Amino acid sequence: MAKRRLRPLLLLVAFLALALAGCGKSVADRDALAHAKATNKLVWGVKADTRLFGLMNIKTDQIEGFDIDMAKAITKQILGPKGKADLVQVTSDTRVPMLKGGNVDAVIATMTITPDRQKVLNFSQPYFNAGQALLVKKGSPIKSVKDLVKGTKVIGVQGSNSVDNVKKAAPQTQVLQLSDYAQAFTALKSGQGDALTTDNGILYGMSEQDHDYVVVGGTFTKEPYGIAMNKGQDNLTKAMNTAVDQLRANGTYAKLINKWFKGIPGFSLKEVE
Amino acid sequence: MFTILAEHGSALLSGLGYTLAASLMALLGSLVIGTAFALFEISHRKWLRIIGRIYVEVVRNIPLLVIALGFYVIVPRYVMPMDGFTAGTIGLTIYTSAFIAETVRAGIESVAVGQMEGARSVGLTYTQAMVQIIFPQAIKIVVPPLGNQFINLVKNSSVLAFVAGFDLMYEGKIVANATFSTFDTYLAVGLLYLVLTMPLSYLMRYLEKHWVSA
Repeated sequence: MAKRRLRPLLLLVAFLALALAGCGKSVADRDALAHAKATNKLVWGVKADTRLFGLMNIKTDQIEGFDIDMAKAITKQILGPKGKADLVQVTSDTRVPMLKGGNVDAVIATMTITPDRQKVLNFSQPYFNAGQALLVKKGSPIKSVKDLVKGTKVIGVQGSNSVDNVKKAAPQTQVLQLSDYAQAFTALKSGQGDALTTDNGILYGMSEQDHDYVVVGGTFTKEPYGIAMNKGQDNLTKAMNTAVDQLRANGTYAKLINKWFKGIPGFSLKEVE
Repeated sequence: MFTILAEHGSALLSGLGYTLAASLMALLGSLVIGTAFALFEISHRKWLRIIGRIYVEVVRNIPLLVIALGFYVIVPRYVMPMDGFTAGTIGLTIYTSAFIAETVRAGIESVAVGQMEGARSVGLTYTQAMVQIIFPQAIKIVVPPLGNQFINLVKNSSVLAFVAGFDLMYEGKIVANATFSTFDTYLAVGLLYLVLTMPLSYLMRYLEKHWVSA
């Protein structure tokens, strides 16, 4: 009886496995650059929950930020002035699956270049140098990563490498992982953790939004951001690198840094370039 | 998938433990609260009926995620500190209890009115009649839909993943992110949920046969 009931289940699992193995190819593996040129559009995965880099402006219904402006500028460099940048929202834990599944051509979403990620993705040259820091409530006893001792809780975001970094820098602390930065900041405000950790740029954005929260302790890692593409998209990667070089050379890059990060400590052109 | 289970099995098993604990607590809690509100709904006192009705209609018509996030971010700010596991489990309990209240109410109401009248006419009190006459008959009707609710509850416990509740889904998301093999990880997670829900499914089937034919 039990055996007979299990058989359709096994069949179903086998079928699903086959179906998904089959559709792994095609979309994600075609030449993204050629396809972008043919359709005159690049599909970008961007953050919509991260102030300064990519944040949904609910008044205009547009995503705005440094990463967004970079995506648009790079698209124009690669496809010409008529090229269209399609923006698709991603979060830290959906950006890799979406690249692998071919939903987006490239991801420009505060994504640090790490050796682990390089095993499964292509990265452009670094376009921004951030570093990981801590955000705490004003007056908190936590002044730096050294204060994250046993019994403290630190909030991070699923799929971000800052979670692994803080586990290394402060192995005694308990790490709570939430699904995006908006939720993580809300959890910090509700006292679910003693500090929130991620890259300084993102933290300054939160601090700007609510001045009761401050960035402390300086940075304890180096986080070079790169544009991520699926493994094997070498043509698109080359085009991205050239485009970033051109933007640096023609002054667009400096203009965008100035537009978004003017007056924020640690973010002068010299420090991030 | 097997490499995921071999390398990250301990994380997933720890998640399975939290899922099991949250499910058991929520199952007992929602059964008690749900039955209480079912009794409110069929009470002779109008104000109890109104309370029962409002509770069921409000709770079952709000998404579970909203309830759980309410306990995770609003309650700690204004009422008392509460970690993600607690917030998620309480949210799950309350959400499920509204559905259980409806199931139990329907079960009790489906027992013929004459049963209650007959029991009262031979001198039983309302409570005695409920416990000795109505409940034993209602239980047979209620067990199958209750089984559905319990299975849903185990699967709904994945809401804990969104409030850092360390459950199976939470660990699954972390493993998926660490290994980049999203599909294999969620396949393993799905199988581990089956480990919890299949025995529950068979248990409910057994109870159904046992009680319905008794």
